Amino acid sequence: MIVETASQAAGAGEPGASPETNPAALASGPAARVRDSGSAREGAEHWWNERVSSLATLLLFVWLIVSLLRLPALDHRGVTEWLRDPLAAVPMLLLIAATFWHLKMGLQVIVEDYVHDEGNKFLALLLLTFAAAGGAAFAIFAVLKIAFAAGGMPR
Amino acid sequence: MSRNPSRPRSPHLTVYKWGPHMLVSILHRVTGAGLATVGAAALVWWLVAAASGKEAYESFAKLATSWIGIVVGVGLTWAFFQHLLSGLRHFVMDIGAGFEIQGNKFWATMTLAGSILLTAALWLYIVMVRGA
Repeated sequence: MIVETASQAAGAGEPGASPETNPAALASGPAARVRDSGSAREGAEHWWNERVSSLATLLLFVWLIVSLLRLPALDHRGVTEWLRDPLAAVPMLLLIAATFWHLKMGLQVIVEDYVHDEGNKFLALLLLTFAAAGGAAFAIFAVLKIAFAAGGMPR
Repeated sequence: MSRNPSRPRSPHLTVYKWGPHMLVSILHRVTGAGLATVGAAALVWWLVAAASGKEAYESFAKLATSWIGIVVGVGLTWAFFQHLLSGLRHFVMDIGAGFEIQGNKFWATMTLAGSILLTAALWLYIVMVRGA
């Protein structure tokens, strides 16, 4: 691999060599690929997943908008009775999964574009992952609670 | 991120004359960020309120149908349609088509017109047919 050749040529591994003065100090092993030293080889996968999730979100949101417009009433009873139908609950669960997957990837690109400090970027991406997972979990739990409610919803 | 100052920098946004393609490009990001934050929060709030019971749902519905709720709702639907249409435009550009300057600008303008038309059509339908 090119990076390994370069690191050997630059005498990598010298004690005290910082990444700024000697980029080759980091250019060895798998960690080098995620520390400014080259491709993590996952760029295309992120790009592709953004497209796949965008198509899923598009179809599922068209379904949601049409479904809501066709509901006789958007009050509590109307919405909960609709969501107890598996044919509504299952697409809604898919919608939540696709949407939070897509928004996590989209916001990730924004963070990576504008947050340059490595520490802040790391923290922002960590919080983004937690927030996306948390939001999706709350929404999924809510749908399941409605869908699995026995003996009718509390009125 | 370490940057080598001796390397040339590419001319950035400020040197270009603004056009619809640039507006649509940044709007894709702005609408995406809005939908990902405000839109996602509204979706979670709506579902959790519905699962929490009639009272919680009614307080959500009261806010959603207040004037501020409707402003946010119209904003979110416009952001959704704008993001959707420019996302479709990206699909075309992903296959390498639509980069000729006239066509590129034309379809950028069409996403702007389309998102406004679709937003207006949806809310007209809600007001006229559903009587919300």
